[in-house]
Amino acid sequence: MSPDLLKLIFGRLGLESLPLHEPIVVGTFVVVALGGAALLGGLTYFRLWGYLWREWFTTVDHKRIGIMYMILGIVMLLRGFADALMMRGQQALAFGGSEGYLNAHHYDQVFTAHGVIMIFFVAMPLVTGLMNYVVPLQIGARDVSFPFLNNFSFWMTVGGAVLVMASLFIGEFARTGWLAYPPLSNIGYSPDVGVDYYIWALQVAGVGTTLSGINLICTIVKLRCPGMSMMKMPVFTWTSLCTNVLIVASFPVLTVVLALLSLDRYVGTNFFTNDFGGSPMMYVNLIWIWGHPEVYILVLPAFGIFSEVTSTFSGKRLFGYTSMVYATVVITILSYLVWLHHFFTMGSGASVNSFFGITTMIISIPTGAKMFNWLFTMYRGRIRYELPMMWTIAFMLTFVIGGMTGVLLAVPPADFVLHNSLFLIAHFHNVIIGGVVFGAFAGITYWFPKAFGFRLDPFWGKLSFWFWVSGFYLAFMPLYVLGLMGVTRRLRVFDDPSLQIWFVIAAIGAGLVALGIGCMLVQFAVSFLRREQLKDVTGDPWDARTLEWATSSPPPDYNFAFTPVVHDNDAWWDMKKRGYQRPLTGFRPIHMPSSTGTGIILAGLATAMGFGLIWYIWWLAAASFIAMLAVGIGHTFNYHRDFDIPVDDVVRTEDSRTKLLAGAK
Amino acid sequence: MSRLKILALLPLAVALSGCNYIVLAPAGDIAAQQRDLVIISTVLMLLIVVPVMALTVLFAWRYRQSNTSARYEPEWDHSTKLELVIWSAPLLIIVCLGALTWMGTHLLDPYRTLGRIQADRAVDQSKAPLEVDVVALDWKWLFIYPDYGIATVNDLAAPIDRPINFRITASSVMNSFYIPALAGQIYAMPGMETKLHAVVNHPGTYKGFSANYSGAGFSGMHFNFHGLDDKGFDAWIASAKSAGGSLGRAQYLQLEKPSQNEPVRRYGTVDADLYRLILNMCVDTGKMCQSEMMAIDAKGGLGHQGLNNTLPLAYDKYARRGTALGPEPVFVAGACTPDAPQGQTTASIKAPTDAAPLLGAGLERPTFTPQKSSSFFLGQRPKSDS
Repeated sequence: MSPDLLKLIFGRLGLESLPLHEPIVVGTFVVVALGGAALLGGLTYFRLWGYLWREWFTTVDHKRIGIMYMILGIVMLLRGFADALMMRGQQALAFGGSEGYLNAHHYDQVFTAHGVIMIFFVAMPLVTGLMNYVVPLQIGARDVSFPFLNNFSFWMTVGGAVLVMASLFIGEFARTGWLAYPPLSNIGYSPDVGVDYYIWALQVAGVGTTLSGINLICTIVKLRCPGMSMMKMPVFTWTSLCTNVLIVASFPVLTVVLALLSLDRYVGTNFFTNDFGGSPMMYVNLIWIWGHPEVYILVLPAFGIFSEVTSTFSGKRLFGYTSMVYATVVITILSYLVWLHHFFTMGSGASVNSFFGITTMIISIPTGAKMFNWLFTMYRGRIRYELPMMWTIAFMLTFVIGGMTGVLLAVPPADFVLHNSLFLIAHFHNVIIGGVVFGAFAGITYWFPKAFGFRLDPFWGKLSFWFWVSGFYLAFMPLYVLGLMGVTRRLRVFDDPSLQIWFVIAAIGAGLVALGIGCMLVQFAVSFLRREQLKDVTGDPWDARTLEWATSSPPPDYNFAFTPVVHDNDAWWDMKKRGYQRPLTGFRPIHMPSSTGTGIILAGLATAMGFGLIWYIWWLAAASFIAMLAVGIGHTFNYHRDFDIPVDDVVRTEDSRTKLLAGAK
Repeated sequence: MSRLKILALLPLAVALSGCNYIVLAPAGDIAAQQRDLVIISTVLMLLIVVPVMALTVLFAWRYRQSNTSARYEPEWDHSTKLELVIWSAPLLIIVCLGALTWMGTHLLDPYRTLGRIQADRAVDQSKAPLEVDVVALDWKWLFIYPDYGIATVNDLAAPIDRPINFRITASSVMNSFYIPALAGQIYAMPGMETKLHAVVNHPGTYKGFSANYSGAGFSGMHFNFHGLDDKGFDAWIASAKSAGGSLGRAQYLQLEKPSQNEPVRRYGTVDADLYRLILNMCVDTGKMCQSEMMAIDAKGGLGHQGLNNTLPLAYDKYARRGTALGPEPVFVAGACTPDAPQGQTTASIKAPTDAAPLLGAGLERPTFTPQKSSSFFLGQRPKSDS
């Protein structure tokens, strides 16, 4: 075939795009291919495709979508963590003239992919998944406001993850660092597909995140059950509301700044080039105007989880509910006024730098108040040390260290000596692992029985907990030390042999975290096998306080047979106290949304469009875009959007729960 | 037993003693003041962090479920007094830290000239500071000493106790110029200039490097910074001078090409205009300097005629690390207007009437004597005879 025809069909994709010269990647590909083939074969053999399609892929049930988000987050955690292990290994080995085992081309992709995956495809899905699952239950709703949109959002996030994963085996990923600063990420200095993978993965996933944010805001504002005024909402719902406000206000900035970068790369505009009046500094400002709120998007729901967990396991009302809510709102607003602290060293004047430094410090006031609120919730409580509470204590002790180093970095002159150093790396892992990851794990163990009807096995959970916590400290405390020795981030090889010991300790720490992740996977398997012993029949295994525990575990499709009425911010606790009797008669048909395959089809087309744009396969991009429009318009003619669960089904479901509860007594 | 314990601690002790906490023990006054701020802020924050951690452990232990002797008040959830304390305690710390930040940031602004060279020694105003122009290249550092007419690659020296004025730029992508022993870092950005004022107090050789990832050769982008006494510095300058070699525009364009792990190089002479040309992205004689472009734009630009002016301005699209949309540079062949909807050809576009600013950099500028202004507002008023 003529090269022109090949170029027309395949764009710049060719056989040489496959990284056959990288033995590590080829090995990974073989493992993934075998594993994938086994999985697909198994699904086919057990005839699960139809089940998966009907019950999961096309579902609009917020609970199942929430679970799918969690699965996505955990799968991507394995990938992101594999990158982390590779980095730790490289940095522990590359001393004294050794080049380590990763060349620059590979290593630079690894640290970029690690950051992108951990933030966008691990932390975000875990947080969104928990909000998706829990918020409608906590506010006594039957689903989110826009159930189809919810399904579509999830699949768009998956589409972004698919593009990132594809970059491992087809072509390459960006070699720019996780925020892809120009001019390095611009076409003159990164002419290959890496940055394009980055752009389109984030654009596709970003659509999902933004829509999911709109959906959850709407849900919280409009679908609360009677009696639940704003100041009676559970704290997790409050933090979710604030997080989604942040998402809706900040993700469009990311979308725009990436769109401008793609214009630079694809059509030769000059927003962020060095020449023709472009300004890379503008990119750095814009991306952090998204990027700083992003860290609060991640950590606010975690704060909400800790509030729920502390109050439940201390057997006590949350101390200072009102100040907790105001602290959350203040953090939400202030998070927009601090972005410049990520680049004090760009040469802004002293007044600008001090302004942003001081606003950053001010955020620590409401955060400190929250910390005290958790403390005084424990005060005069009866603390049960189940796993979620253990994660919470680990969080409280770890997060204050990260908070302290964070405020330290907010002092501009201190930042001049610590910026971009391993001290900074230690700081943000300290708050993201100590805050977001511990929070997600607390949330997973706390709400798991609600989602699946049985608790997680405590033995393997505790093992995982101790490996994670000790591994975290061992992995990141050395990085604080190295930062004080002036070691900067993203280095591939080192000269000074006296540094090696610290990198070796950090690598051992990463190994412990790997054991922690392993134990967690074992925990899921063991809990599944022991599900009869760990069964939760009451729907309220922790003697908890909020509405999600008022229904069965797992909840029926419709969540609540009757919409609850709320009189207190610990609604379920209040109901239990007043001797609430579950209604056994008078059921009526329940109006519910229908499943639809449109979401997954649209997201699949969006992913194909992204792939076409990345590889300059213009016909594919155009065709998928037109197909997307057609499917979207076609979906507006779908009139089978809802149905009624017949009253008989409701009665049967509720009766079986009555029997279950009677058996438990 | 205790001996065993000591033995177990030995590797840690060895590791600690072998370390060089350069950020905490720097050799320059600016870095030392920054270190002081790091320590003071940390101590200030520990005032609140330590009690919080202690209380966490205490409450976690005291109110455990098995301790039935502890008070249990499940409904207690508010105390105005406590709320006041928990909001005001962090507030107080932040007020102190904020004041410290405001002062520290202004006093240690890298753009500010030095007032002292050490805690108790003012700057000797009779001695001129050392000027150094820094250029971050792919992937090495170029240092130009304009006062001495020399340049070095990956090797920097300064006399102790003499203030140094750095002017910093880059050739292609963003880097960060950082010598932990000397002073905090500042970004090096192409087409832009940042500044750093610092002084080194203790003689010695220190590490300097880029603290902002810049591509494949980033790990090897480091240099030695020598703090020398006056005699040593003169000898260092002399050795650079005697190294011969000269760094002109052509040599720079060679040097600028990406390369990794560059050894030290010295140039005995250097084009006096080189730094300005690098900063304005016009070392290549075919390119128009950024400053000239800005001057044109400040006068309102060239209008439609300016459209044809792309080639002398294109800098980083095709040049440095590879080509993308095609190897040939694109330029504007013509523009569509309502009068000529099919577009005008280059031939029909009139050259700008005043071609002076369009001359490439490095060519002689036409001599230019400003006319006596007769503008009432802007210039000198013509004297009346009366």
